[in-house]
Amino acid sequence: MSTNTDTNKYTILFAIAMVVVVGSLLAFTASSLKPNIQENERMEKQQNILYAMGINENGATDIKFIGTDKVAGEFSKYISKQLLINADGSSEENTEAYLIDVKKEQAKAKNGGTRLLPLFVGQKEGESFYIVPIRGKGLWDAIWGYVALNEDMVVQGAFFDHAAETPGLGANIKQRYFMDDFVGEKLLSDNGDFKGITVAKGNNDPKNLIKDDYEVDALAGATITGDGVSAMIKSDLKLYLPYFKNLKNQLN
Amino acid sequence: MGLLSKKDAKLITDPLADNNPITIQVLGICSALAITAELKASLVMGIAVLFVLGIGNVVISLMRNIIPSKIRIIVQLIVVASLVIIVDQVLKAFAYELSKTLSVFVGLIITNCIIMGRFEAFALGNGPWKAFLDGIGNAFGYAVILLVVGFFRELLGSGTLFGIPVLGDPIEKTGLYSTGYENNGFMLMPPMALIIVGLIIWVQRSRNTTLIED
Repeated sequence: MSTNTDTNKYTILFAIAMVVVVGSLLAFTASSLKPNIQENERMEKQQNILYAMGINENGATDIKFIGTDKVAGEFSKYISKQLLINADGSSEENTEAYLIDVKKEQAKAKNGGTRLLPLFVGQKEGESFYIVPIRGKGLWDAIWGYVALNEDMVVQGAFFDHAAETPGLGANIKQRYFMDDFVGEKLLSDNGDFKGITVAKGNNDPKNLIKDDYEVDALAGATITGDGVSAMIKSDLKLYLPYFKNLKNQLN
Repeated sequence: MGLLSKKDAKLITDPLADNNPITIQVLGICSALAITAELKASLVMGIAVLFVLGIGNVVISLMRNIIPSKIRIIVQLIVVASLVIIVDQVLKAFAYELSKTLSVFVGLIITNCIIMGRFEAFALGNGPWKAFLDGIGNAFGYAVILLVVGFFRELLGSGTLFGIPVLGDPIEKTGLYSTGYENNGFMLMPPMALIIVGLIIWVQRSRNTTLIED
């Protein structure tokens, strides 16, 4: 090459050209793939919600969602109502509640606005499931999940996911053995106060047989992620307490 | 080895042992600590690095005569970052489940010093074919160490390999656990990866004393 690549002029021109080329390449990729990605994310939400109420294709120890080909059908079959909860516990239907971005709603609440609280009512074999989306912070990035409750706020199923927790450590909140530990745990004390569930180290209950201790066994090497799970359960599920109080009154 | 000349073959075999990126060049230690708590993550990271380093080395090698030396590090960073982001986006659109498993590794790959190290040390001065072989060789050398570390950490830390229990059930106290054996939770902590890498370096250098520097 005869061009002198060390001159300032060449360096600046090269930098500008590189930025333009790479920038447009990335912008083109992102915008042309956006519809596919959004569709995938929409189906994933439906899969997660169904997973929490036990509609999945799990084997003995693995996690398998309902296939993407039939998820839309199963979602409309099992999810009978999608609600938005008001602060006083009353609710209104909204058929697109599952598309609400919990992250944006949390930011709204932080800035003094009112947060939309979505809740999904599922029906399976004559039983009702009340599925609540939650979101919080792990060690590196966001963690979130869906918790299926019954009328007494006892956990019927849980699904957790994360953006960037450490593989092998914090990322294990997405494992069956961790999620399944939550099943049967209570959120309320006997007189109806909200207690939450704590991911606890050394609770002498590794098999998680004691279901009324408000604790599940923590993951080794994932203290901060585990604390994040406890925190998001406490802060987000608590907001739904008025709805469940109303529900209880109506049923009695 | 009809396909590769002796010199070319050395580009692949050298990084596996005598010029291993982790134990000799001491590159890529940070990711080796972060993700070797289980074998599966080690394997995925190894494959991802193989892919990025192979392609990235070729791209940089093709551009080597037009990159201004003053901003070469930035150019390398841009190449690897855009490569990884494009792969991530394509996977998100067409193989969503796979992308969920891999997305955690995206940040780790971009900041992996092996990639920048090989761009800088090899791809900038060699042709694309050689750069490709060097990239593949170094990625294999990296993956081998990751797998060895992952094997010991997962076996001693959780008693499993690839998530499958091999020592019995620690809660039911079956298999090895019935003799009073316990999993060593400390193996799951990042410092233990450093100690295992240290042990590998020790073994390697005591077997091949030419590697010891004065």
